[in-house]
Parts: sequence; C-alpha cells; structure tokens
Amino acid sequence: MNPGGAILGSLGRRRLVWALGLAICFAPTIQAASVQDIANTDWGEQLVRFFSFRDASLRYALVGSVLLGLSCGLLGSFIVVRRMALVGDALSHAVLPGVALGFLWNMSKDPWAIFVGAVVAGLAGTAMVSALTRTTRLKEDTALGLVLATFFAVGICLVTMIQRLPTGNKSGLDKFLFGQAAALGGDDVSLMAIVTLVAVTLVGLFYKELLATSFDPGFARSSGIPAEWVHHGLMLMLAASTVIALQAVGVVLVSAMLITPAATAYLLTDRMHRMLLLASGCGVLAGVTGAFFSFVGRGLPTGPLMVIGASTVFTCAYFMGPRHGVIARWWRHRQSAARTERENTLKALYHIWENGGFRDVGTTLADLAERRKETIDEALGRSRMLAGHGFATVDSNVVYFTPEGRQRAAEIVRNHRLWELYLTNSANIAPDHVHDDAERIEHVLGETVVRELERRLNYATVDPHGKSIPGPRDIHRDAAVRGGDGGVRNPEETS
Amino acid sequence: MNELIPAFDWHQVMVAPWTEDLELFGWIGLMGLLVTASCGLVGNYLILRRMALMGDAVSHSVLPGLVIAFLWSGSRGTWPMFAGALVAGVTTTLLIDAIHRRTRVKQDAAIGIAFSTLFAIGMLLTSIYSQQVDLDAECVLYGEIAFVPLEPMVTLGGVEIGPVSLVRMAGVLLVVGLLIIAFYKELLVASFDDGLARAMGINPAWVHHGLMAILSIVVVSAFEAVGAILVIAMLILPGATASLITRRLSHMHAIVLVHALLSAWLGVSLEVWLDCSIGAAMVVGGAAVFAVVWAVIAWLNHLHTSQRPPSPTSTNDL
Repeated sequence: MNPGGAILGSLGRRRLVWALGLAICFAPTIQAASVQDIANTDWGEQLVRFFSFRDASLRYALVGSVLLGLSCGLLGSFIVVRRMALVGDALSHAVLPGVALGFLWNMSKDPWAIFVGAVVAGLAGTAMVSALTRTTRLKEDTALGLVLATFFAVGICLVTMIQRLPTGNKSGLDKFLFGQAAALGGDDVSLMAIVTLVAVTLVGLFYKELLATSFDPGFARSSGIPAEWVHHGLMLMLAASTVIALQAVGVVLVSAMLITPAATAYLLTDRMHRMLLLASGCGVLAGVTGAFFSFVGRGLPTGPLMVIGASTVFTCAYFMGPRHGVIARWWRHRQSAARTERENTLKALYHIWENGGFRDVGTTLADLAERRKETIDEALGRSRMLAGHGFATVDSNVVYFTPEGRQRAAEIVRNHRLWELYLTNSANIAPDHVHDDAERIEHVLGETVVRELERRLNYATVDPHGKSIPGPRDIHRDAAVRGGDGGVRNPEETS
Repeated sequence: MNELIPAFDWHQVMVAPWTEDLELFGWIGLMGLLVTASCGLVGNYLILRRMALMGDAVSHSVLPGLVIAFLWSGSRGTWPMFAGALVAGVTTTLLIDAIHRRTRVKQDAAIGIAFSTLFAIGMLLTSIYSQQVDLDAECVLYGEIAFVPLEPMVTLGGVEIGPVSLVRMAGVLLVVGLLIIAFYKELLVASFDDGLARAMGINPAWVHHGLMAILSIVVVSAFEAVGAILVIAMLILPGATASLITRRLSHMHAIVLVHALLSAWLGVSLEVWLDCSIGAAMVVGGAAVFAVVWAVIAWLNHLHTSQRPPSPTSTNDL
C-alpha cells in the first residue's frame, strides 16, 4: 500500500499477523503473546501514545471507535434476539449508494449529507426486502441477498464513476469500503456522538416496548404497543448507527460489529439489560483494539482488525462462557451423564433386591452384571463409582447399599413407576409403551412434581405392570420395617 | 452532474462494443456470460433450498482460502486456487454448524459471525502481504473482468482458444452443466422432499455437501472476475428472476441462461456509457431485468385478479 514504509513495516506487520493468528486459534494465550511483542518492540511507547490523547487524529480515532462500539453493540443486541442478524448485513451493504449520492450532493465528504443519503438508502433497502417478500414468492433469505448485492452494485458503479472525476480521485470514498479509523475528523466524531446519544436515550425510553416486541409479539400487541412503529424505529436507528460506523469499519464488515458483540453477550447472560451492557462493552473493546492495531500497523485497514478483535472475544465466550459456553455445556453434560449412570446402577441393585423379596443381604457382582448385561469388571467399576459417592460399599464381590444409596434407589424406582402410571392413567398410553419415556424422566423429576403426581394418582401403590411403588415409608424407613436388614449393612460389621 | 453522466451516444454504447471494439468487449461480455450463467445455475438450487445466504457466506469466506493458497503455492495457478476455495468453503460450513449447533446462537447470527471473521482475516492477509499476493482490495470488491482481454491466451494445438481465466470459467460452466444433467433427479428430489430422497436411497447430506463444494469452486472462479460481493448478486439474481416466471426447475435453468446473456450485454453497454466498474454494471443490468420482470408479473397478477374474483380453491402447489 505504501511502498516507502513497507519494507520497514513488513517485519512488524508479520509479527502482528502471527499474534492475531494465535489470537484466533488460542484465544486464552493472546494476552501473553501480545505482551511479549510489546516488550520486544517500541509498541509499549505506541500504546502510551495511542491512549494519551496527544494527537488530534488519534484522539478522534479512539473516541470514534468507542462510540461506534457502544451504539453497534446496543442496537445489535436487539437484532440478534429478534433473529434479524442478516437484516443488519443487508442494511449495511445497502447504504453504499446513499454514501455516493451524499458525496455527490456538493462533491465533498460532508458528514451530514453522507449520513442522510446513507440512512435513506438503508431504509429503502429494508423496505424493498419487505416489498419483495410480500408481493412475490421469493423467500426472505433470497430477498435479503438480492437487495444486498443489487444496492451494493449500484453503489460500486457510483463510486467508480466518482473516482473517475478529477475531484473524486482524492475523495477518500474508498475509505468507506474497508474503513480507516485514522481518517475520522472532528465533524465525523461529533455526528457519531449525537447518534450514539440518541440511540442510548431512545433505547432507555422505549426499553419496555423493545423488550416486549422482541420476545413476545402477541403480548406486545395485546398491551397496545405499536409493534410496526417499534420495528421501523429500530430499523431507522440501526441504519443510523451503521452509517456512523462506516468510516471506521467499512461497508463490507460493519454488519459484524452489529452481530458479533451482541452474540458474545448472548452467550454470557440471560437478562436483556445485562446483554445490552455486555454487548456495548464487547463492541467498545473490539473497536478500540482494532483502531489501536490499525494505528500500530500503519495503514492496515481498521475494519478487518476490529472484526477480528470482536471474533476473538466471541471465541473466548464460545468456549468459556459460564452457562452457555461449550466447555461449561460439555461439563454439565458429562456430570448429568455420570449421575444418570449412577442412578441406573442403583436402580438395578434395587430391582435385584426387590426380586429377592427385600431379604438378600447384598448383591453379588455377578447378579448385577447379569441384570445390566455387562461384564463383571464393568459391574465392579460401576459399584466402585457408587461407593465413591457414598451410595454403596463393595466387599470382595458383594455390593451393599448404604442408607443414602437405598433411599436414592427407592426414589428413582418410585419416580419411574409413578411416571408410568401417570402416562397410562392420564395420557392413555398403552402400558407397554411407557417404559422408555419413564426411563428418561426418572432422573429429572423433582420433589414438588413427585408430590403433585402422587396427589393426582391418589397415592397409588401399584404401577401398571403390577409392581409396588415405593412410598415415603419405604424410602425413609429404617432397616427394621420390612423385616430383614433391608440389604443395608453396617460397614463396621463387615470386618 | 454532466461530468458524472456522459451523453448517451447510441452508436458508441450499443453498437460499437459488438462491432469495432469486439476484440476488447467480446471477451469481457463472454466472460460475464460465463460467470453469470454458472453462478445462476448453482444459485437456482440455493434459492430452492433456502440457502441463499450460504452463498453470501461462502462468497465472502473464499477470500482467506484464496490468499493462503497464493502464499502457499507462490503462484496463481488454477488447482491451488480451487483447493483453497474448497477448504475455505468447508471451514465456513463447519464454523457455522459449530456455532449454531453447540450454543444458543441462532443460525443467522452464526452465518454473520463466521463469514465476517473469515473475510476479515482474508482482507488483513491481503494488506499485509500486498507485495507477494497479486490481489488487492480493489480486486476483492470490483473484480478484474476488465483485464480479461489482456491475459495470456491459452493455445491448444496451435490454435488460440481464449484468455486463461475465460477458459477456466468455461470449464467450470461445463462441469456445472454436466453435473446438473447427471444428477438432475437427485438434486430435484433432495431439494423438494427430504423424506422421498431418503426413501429413494439418496443421502441428502451428500447432496448438500456436494452442492457446497460446487458452490465454492464456482464462487472462487467468479471471484476474480467480479469480486466477493457481486458474486452474491450473480448467484441470486438469475434464479430469483426465474422463480418469478416459472415453477418448473428445467424452465428455471433455461431462464437463468437467458438472464445471464441479458445481464452481460446490458452490463457492457452500461460500462461503456457510464465508465464504471464492469462487474457492478452487469449486476445493475441483471437487477434491471429482474425489476422489469417483477413489474410485469405484478401487472399481470393485477389484471388477472381484477378480471375475475379470486377463487377460494386457488392452489398454491409449491
């Protein structure tokens, strides 16, 4: 791009790209990598320079990227929860002809003219999408793609025509395509501040309406909220915040600044107001990182850097989100699978105990293995797992319930049989079709649901297959009630 | 304004490109036709399967594949390019699946995140290795269809056939056409009726992956000519126009070819008149054809409904 500084810059740039590559692959280690790089070069100095507000143009770039991250994150949250993410994409491409027409207004990069032109073009684009889906057989995705590309093509035609003009050559319109935060001026930043302020105010004022129309359109209609107007207002604000982000991020990638920070926040929280705060935070973080690396990398386009910053944050949330992250989900899944496995073993032990008339002193591993159709080794492993959780004790090759284990086993069998009876009685399902469903639900029925089921089934004691349902007395009894020792054995006695 | 829009000269705009300047515009027009036709044929299936935005995603995300293939092989050969595009296409689908299957993020947001990230990586690599990679921001956006006539000619047995990228594009169109003819029934059934396809022993997953692979190949060969974003238009516009006119898949294919011819012709004329980017001009030409068809169909529908009252049993069989 700049042949003069290229040779000097290429070393630093190559290091930068490796750092960014690492950031994508190993998001957690990025911290260490970038600290290392700053220590090796004079990046530390540049970091100070970037954040010290010394140069006017850097100051504009910093403030501008904060503002755009804020407004894009805020409004992007609504399009993500409304499942309109790609409407944002179409909107952001559709503004290009408006930018060119705004420039043609008086052949200068007047921020206000460009702003008005672009917002109008963006709204025309969304209006055309809804016109297409309403009047033709085309589906929404086709209409979005069609409008996006057509408007963009018209914009490219206009931009290339302007660049052919003697005055248009140095118009800086190409900065709108991939973004250059360093090209922001005072006028641009004050426009961004106004739009962000209006966006924050409007979201604050109409928070309730936006929330209702996003999550429960039926409720919103019945409480008299004009959903159409909320939608149009949101589109207008979306177009405005897209347009102010154009100079810094560029037409091609501005949709990512709407979608990615909001999706990151969506992974981190379940409350809308927290999502708005988090999305704005992620947007600001991505914006500032992008602007900084673009400044350090001398002439690297800002847009791609901001998007890579946002995607890095998203990658972190994707893997390490506390509730919805992939690792947390995997861990929860593993935990519940292990618990189900334990409970199935307990149930098998209970069945063997029941078939022996509740008299046997313990269960041999051979019986357990036969019941579960496993090898003796597997049965031993499962019994040891139970022992590890205090549900059983294993002595040579006999398994004994502990009181807790017997209680839990009786609960699981009760849940299973209650559910079978409920499905047969209340849902009219044939008795031989209820087992598989009960097999799944027995692990998740809570106490209150069990009480409710018992009440509805009149405290029945026999399930559809003629087996007795363990009642509270069976579950919480002490060893003597049914005679024998109930299979429970005092650990001290074994020695 | 007069500087911006030059006077319209009939001979200059409509006649000269196909007579005096045929040497120059003939290749460009032919290239436009080939690009739009192959994109349109694949695009038909994207529209039918409601995957239009996968076209959007793949057309953005082939960029890093292309750049890495350039850096890897050090040349602009056809095969490294196709390999890069295939890898990039597969990566995109895998990323989208990984995001929307494993988390609560919905598919539309997942598409947006995946392609913008890949495209950003591609753009960054392009700017960093601008010396090594013969591909810049201009090319990514506008394409290089204007340089087609300047390319070295491919000769076969001493006869000049055409410029390199044009011959490649023709090969791609040929392959796409042959594949559609060979697997017409499979594609048709898998696009409309998943269950029937399974019953007939067609694996819909394979059809899906095959389509994505062909899409990547078509997109990457069209990419150089018209740029990343205009490819989306060439994928969607012909098929959208065709699906306004007819409901039969075979007729849609035929209409796509006519649409490709019209947009190439209108595009060249528009470019000669306004002196703008050729790829964009072709898309604008194609969009104009779409707009005319849309208006005519709407007018016909209007006539139809005003002449006789709508019958309650009117069927909507698609």
